[in-house]
Amino acid sequence: MSTVFKKSVPGREGVWPEKPRTEPRDFIDENLLRAGQPNLPSLSELDVVRHFTGLSKKNFGVDGEFYPLGSCTMKYNPKFTEEVAALPGFSRLHPMTPQLPGGGEMSSGALEVIYETERLLCEITGMSAFTLHPMAGAHGELTGALMMAAYHADKGNKKTKIICPDSAHGTNPASASIAGFDVVSIASADGIVDPDQLAAALDDEVAGVMLTVPNTLGLFEKHLPRIVDMVHAVDGLLYYDGANLNAILGHLRVGDAGFDVVHLNLHKTFATPHGGGGPGSGPVGVSEKLIPYLPISRVTRDDAGRYKLKYDYPKSIGYVAPFYGNFGVALKAYAYILRLGAEGLTRVSENAVLAANYLRKRLENDLDIPYNRLCMHEFVASACSAQKTCGVRALDIAKALLDRGIHAPTIYFPLIVKEALMVEPTETESKATLDAFVDVMKEIMEQAATDPESLLAAPVNTPVGRLDETHAARAMEITEDL
Amino acid sequence: MIPNDLLYAKTHEWVRIEDNGEATVGITQFAQEQLGDITYVELPSVGDVFSAGDEMGSVESVKAASELYCPVSGEIIAVNEALDDAPEKVNASPYGDGWFVRIKLDDEPDDLLSPEEYAEIAQADH
Amino acid sequence: MPYIPHTPEEVREMLDVIGVSRIDDLFAEIPEALRPKSFNLPAGMTEMAVRAHMERLAAQNAVHMDSFLGAGFYDHYVPSASDALLLRGEFYTAYTPYQPECSQGTLQAIFEYQTAVCRLFEMECSNAGVYDGGTALYEAVMMAVRQTRRKKVVVSEAVSPIYRIVLATYTKNLKLALVTVPHDKGRDDAAALADAIDDQTAAVVVQNPNFFGVVADFTGLFAKAREKKALSIISGYPVLQTALKTPGAMGADICTAEGQSLGLPLSFGGPYLGVMTCRKDLVRQMPGRIAGRTFDAKGRTGYVLTLQAREQHIRRQKATSNICSNQALCALRALINLCLSGNEGLSRQAALSIENAHYAAKRLTALPGVELLNDAPFGNEFAVVFNDNARRVARLLMREGVIPGFPLGRYYPGLENALLVCCTEKHHRKDIDRLVRLVEKVLQ
Repeated sequence: MSTVFKKSVPGREGVWPEKPRTEPRDFIDENLLRAGQPNLPSLSELDVVRHFTGLSKKNFGVDGEFYPLGSCTMKYNPKFTEEVAALPGFSRLHPMTPQLPGGGEMSSGALEVIYETERLLCEITGMSAFTLHPMAGAHGELTGALMMAAYHADKGNKKTKIICPDSAHGTNPASASIAGFDVVSIASADGIVDPDQLAAALDDEVAGVMLTVPNTLGLFEKHLPRIVDMVHAVDGLLYYDGANLNAILGHLRVGDAGFDVVHLNLHKTFATPHGGGGPGSGPVGVSEKLIPYLPISRVTRDDAGRYKLKYDYPKSIGYVAPFYGNFGVALKAYAYILRLGAEGLTRVSENAVLAANYLRKRLENDLDIPYNRLCMHEFVASACSAQKTCGVRALDIAKALLDRGIHAPTIYFPLIVKEALMVEPTETESKATLDAFVDVMKEIMEQAATDPESLLAAPVNTPVGRLDETHAARAMEITEDL
Repeated sequence: MIPNDLLYAKTHEWVRIEDNGEATVGITQFAQEQLGDITYVELPSVGDVFSAGDEMGSVESVKAASELYCPVSGEIIAVNEALDDAPEKVNASPYGDGWFVRIKLDDEPDDLLSPEEYAEIAQADH
Repeated sequence: MPYIPHTPEEVREMLDVIGVSRIDDLFAEIPEALRPKSFNLPAGMTEMAVRAHMERLAAQNAVHMDSFLGAGFYDHYVPSASDALLLRGEFYTAYTPYQPECSQGTLQAIFEYQTAVCRLFEMECSNAGVYDGGTALYEAVMMAVRQTRRKKVVVSEAVSPIYRIVLATYTKNLKLALVTVPHDKGRDDAAALADAIDDQTAAVVVQNPNFFGVVADFTGLFAKAREKKALSIISGYPVLQTALKTPGAMGADICTAEGQSLGLPLSFGGPYLGVMTCRKDLVRQMPGRIAGRTFDAKGRTGYVLTLQAREQHIRRQKATSNICSNQALCALRALINLCLSGNEGLSRQAALSIENAHYAAKRLTALPGVELLNDAPFGNEFAVVFNDNARRVARLLMREGVIPGFPLGRYYPGLENALLVCCTEKHHRKDIDRLVRLVEKVLQ
């Protein structure tokens, strides 16, 4: 499909405002003005609608296809939350309104949403306070790491290192490093953190340990109580990467378990749409001792029930976002939490774990499953045997799934499993869909054994086949002719 | 393929030391195979000075990135500018057209591996 | 239970396959001692009840007043077709395009977005976008620090104070010296900025129009930066860019912008879009995703995420940034909006906004006790100084149902009497006339 720029027909009218009476040069010197036009396309409204409708048909999405993408929690996104976020009372509200005289009053509905969402997230996770400012999970990690740095600096601790297990998301070490820490990686044993390895790495310079629970193999960290004690013993802080919170709602609160900082991904557990890669939202929660370091501003509520923004927190790390984070995303998560309530959220995790274990059991004879025991909301399979016996890799299986109308699992992550296929079905997919997935996987593995060549050619039913990524990186054609 | 007339670093660079106190550096056949199709090579500038073991650039393929370490101490006197437009030369000819830099040596290099020693490392990393 | 489809029979069958008798058995690894001390959330609600609750909260926000509040975040018109297209589930409920064969829609859209913003700012390369204008500016500064291996950054005080405080937060632990060069009555002090650039300077950072709405040409300053081998970073305003001299024409190395004005709702601060563009030779320092064009085995054109070796999932702690989302849907919205507008539509938006602001400035300054903060050229926003406290003036006008603008004293001590007033194409002359009448009344 040609690009939208090639479809341009000069002179064609789009959605234009009225003709101005004046031109910019009537007010501004010529030397401050642009020479020439930016060469945007000239299209009718229908041209635009048809182009983007055409593009959309080249995408998979949860609305159309099963999307068992591990770690990413591609659950169904309820439609009513979109209408909630689009209510003019929210969508037209200027972010600087609270900074105007009397502005708290003028934005009290929005401030209440923030306050209540933070309060609900505290109860869900057992943390003492939350901020909605971080605009994505990785942004939450950075915010958390900055707070850990502030806490230690304030106490006069000389802490320079953060420990991440080798199964961690790549964002963990990247965020810690950007916050100014050195990163120490420790090896897992039997798929989970090995307390002995941790003990060997723990010293007085360790500012904290970043953990994902359940971890990226979908396994519960069963040494957790011991790990918490070990880290706290050197005045280190426990960081919880909430990417997998979907597995433990109502069954484990990380605050009760002893974590000091957590980030959540509202676009995972709380069902806000991924939008092809954003916008996300990465709220951060803290235990009592880290409250002074939370980013500003903070929403407060007085005895009369009035909401107000406060900025006077001298120990705060400052502003990680200009305003209150991705408010439009938080709105959807708030509505989702209210809709499900305590019981609904508990059922979310139970059914997510049920579905993952069901798929694991049904596929255990077809795929290698390196840690084949009770898992949480996802499990990691491996195509190692298929690779050895018939030269079919995880990538080939992923592409064969696309041909059959199913999005691929996450592949080649976590890094500690070779030829990894990470499957997360979520709670919103029916048993019929799960069974159909199992049938398709069995068929693909059968095909791998009998006709591996055909898998290496997959996908053939998608708009394009496998693309030459080496050419893309070398030629670096990243715009239409400018 | 580990040429006999070169010395090697543990980090998979090769060094050809010449009589005039200069050396040419590149990455080994084993390293380029591990990286796959190389898409970009970041090299230092002429005049930069490194000690052995310093990071001096990086090599990227589609799915991987690897730091490039200077295996000897000295000053960069030439870089292979052809790699800017044709990084695939590293894949095609790691010991020839795919060389990275030429270095004026500070002193006699030490800690480099013989072809036999490097062969063992490459074998173990495989 | 809403959104959970399993019947009790299906749950039974699944438990049997797993080989456990109860759901709780699946959680057996969580020790008893770690079970929640409370989970005291409200009971679930029907969709209708949640909607009603949210409508009640929305109604408490004052969004129906005439507003001249901008300060970097602007209420431009959003064409209806953009919402309709955006809500297509194929865009809305897709993931990051890691599997390019089933993500060509998202990937081609990113490629087109990159092209559109490069053309708008006359820059060579763009990424797929970052969180917002403030984080884009921070990432730009970090690009310059990595590229030059220098630690000093010169920032004009006329750059949005909101961006500058975000910059200060992120760089606090990084041993960077942020040198802020004071503004001169709302104008950038170009001479002082040039003097502050030395051999240790990684970048000089300016904004056009600046926070006070002042329009300038930084060509000379950027040339000075180049002499010192420092990078030039400029933060722009996409809608006005059809009218104003471009960052490319000024010789900027990196141009960032808040993309909100390109059809994103104000939405109380987000989600927005951080536009990031740069010169070609800096592209490997640029964080975030980039889509590139290539082909498949049959020679068909397709798009992939490229230059991924810079990113966190490969480089981990050595990545250019920890960013792994790109506000994709916001970038798509901006692209669709740019396509619906085209050159003519966007130029008209810019011209109408500038026209309205100049009309408002002329009428307001005709009042006794009101003058412009400076005589510099401006776009669609300008600062006026009252013979009275601007917060007081604003408070009184808001009682009459008009938000007259942003009182500058909050961020600029000494400017307590100054108000930043913005216009877009959505304002009518009668709205502006009313603003002027009310200001006149209040100042009497």
